[in-house]
Amino acid sequence: MTFKDLHIISMKSFSRDMIDHILDTAEKLEPIASGKTKSDMLDGKVLAVMFFEPSTRTRMSFETAMMRLGGDVLSLGSVDASSIAKGETLADTIRVVQGYSNAIVLRHNKEGAAQLASEFSSVPIINAGDGAGHHPTQTFLDLYTIRRESHLEGLKIALAGDLKYGRTVHSLCYALSLYGAEITLISPKELRMPAEIIEDLRSRNIKVTETDSIEEAIADVDVLYATRIQKERFPDPAEYRKVANSLQITTELLEKAKPDLKVMHPLPRTNEIDPKVDDTPHACYFKQSFYGVPVRMALLALVMGALE
Amino acid sequence: MSNGETPVPEIRVHPIKNGTVIDHITAGQALNVLNILNIPNAASGVISIIINAPSVHGIKDVVKIEGRELNVDEVDKISLISPKATINIIRNFEVSEKTHVHIPEIVGGVVKCINPNCISNSNEPVSSKFTVSTDGQRIVLRCLYCERIISEDIGNHLL
Repeated sequence: MTFKDLHIISMKSFSRDMIDHILDTAEKLEPIASGKTKSDMLDGKVLAVMFFEPSTRTRMSFETAMMRLGGDVLSLGSVDASSIAKGETLADTIRVVQGYSNAIVLRHNKEGAAQLASEFSSVPIINAGDGAGHHPTQTFLDLYTIRRESHLEGLKIALAGDLKYGRTVHSLCYALSLYGAEITLISPKELRMPAEIIEDLRSRNIKVTETDSIEEAIADVDVLYATRIQKERFPDPAEYRKVANSLQITTELLEKAKPDLKVMHPLPRTNEIDPKVDDTPHACYFKQSFYGVPVRMALLALVMGALE
Repeated sequence: MSNGETPVPEIRVHPIKNGTVIDHITAGQALNVLNILNIPNAASGVISIIINAPSVHGIKDVVKIEGRELNVDEVDKISLISPKATINIIRNFEVSEKTHVHIPEIVGGVVKCINPNCISNSNEPVSSKFTVSTDGQRIVLRCLYCERIISEDIGNHLL
């Protein structure tokens, strides 16, 4: 199994063995990610970070990962002040930047942008989100968090919130199906998981249950993964408030949960999780955010050939 | 052209000496086939079109083109809107070759992605690309860039 020069575009191109190898590598790199030990593994390598739309957290996570491994970061900077503003195509931008770097992290507002970039790049492209399309490194860090804080084998997980538009939960479901997880989907009817994804999961012999009540599901799961319900999806603000409040995770709700239940969230949160939950052993979302660093370190080290 | 079917439609048009008969076109798709073949144009020979002809498998369309044989790209496109079509090459009034259309695994530059936010619909130096599969009777196209699926009215999205 070699990852050198591999483009990271979509979770669908990763087998369970490949995912396990990435998670194993991330675990080995975790002491470096937390600054406990130092590394110059990527000394002399340059990572180009091209964010065509803002995502501060993901960008900083990649930059931290590269710097922790002793490499340098080259940032596209403001799109408004670049050649893109002059009308340069993404294909041309990629062909230029590949000459300056050993790998390119790309965040773009158009779906399929990372795939297109990979067709013009001789260095690995890492998709950091393309429109409503894929965001594979988020899924890797979600899987890593579940493995570190709970368990992937025999997992019972509930996904709550906007399951219709939430790309992170779509990719996560597919990845979890490789581990035989039992999945409970909690959402208002307007934001249900697309039927074709549920069908795909069931065709993989995954037990999938749908409900609109978080109270019904919480007692039986190991992980509760909440996502943000976007206000703009609701034409009527009153409908939004009703739905948002019905899926709120509170300390009272968590009294019904297993003692080792972990609450995850890709962040940023709005009112899905009561801040009082932060002080309970269930809260896992800030650790989840940190785990993005060792996971992205693993991916960078693997695709740049510093590790096998 | 009998193929054991009811011969009624065939007697309504004259046989052709040299050219192509596209038979078993999915009913209603004949005009899209003409679009694919860029017909009519100044160089078109005589074209005969039969729409909603009865056959043993239901109704079908038929297109007869004088003096022209189709290329592979044209046949690939026809397969997307009419997967059961047959291509009959006519030479000197005889069926010289008869083939079923071949459904390609990937088509490029043939169909426009329906997702307005797909990178293939922006000003990039790439053609649209789709993987092709079948879902029972239907052709299902999946964009290689954004993964959006087209399975209805493919003829309306041909480039």
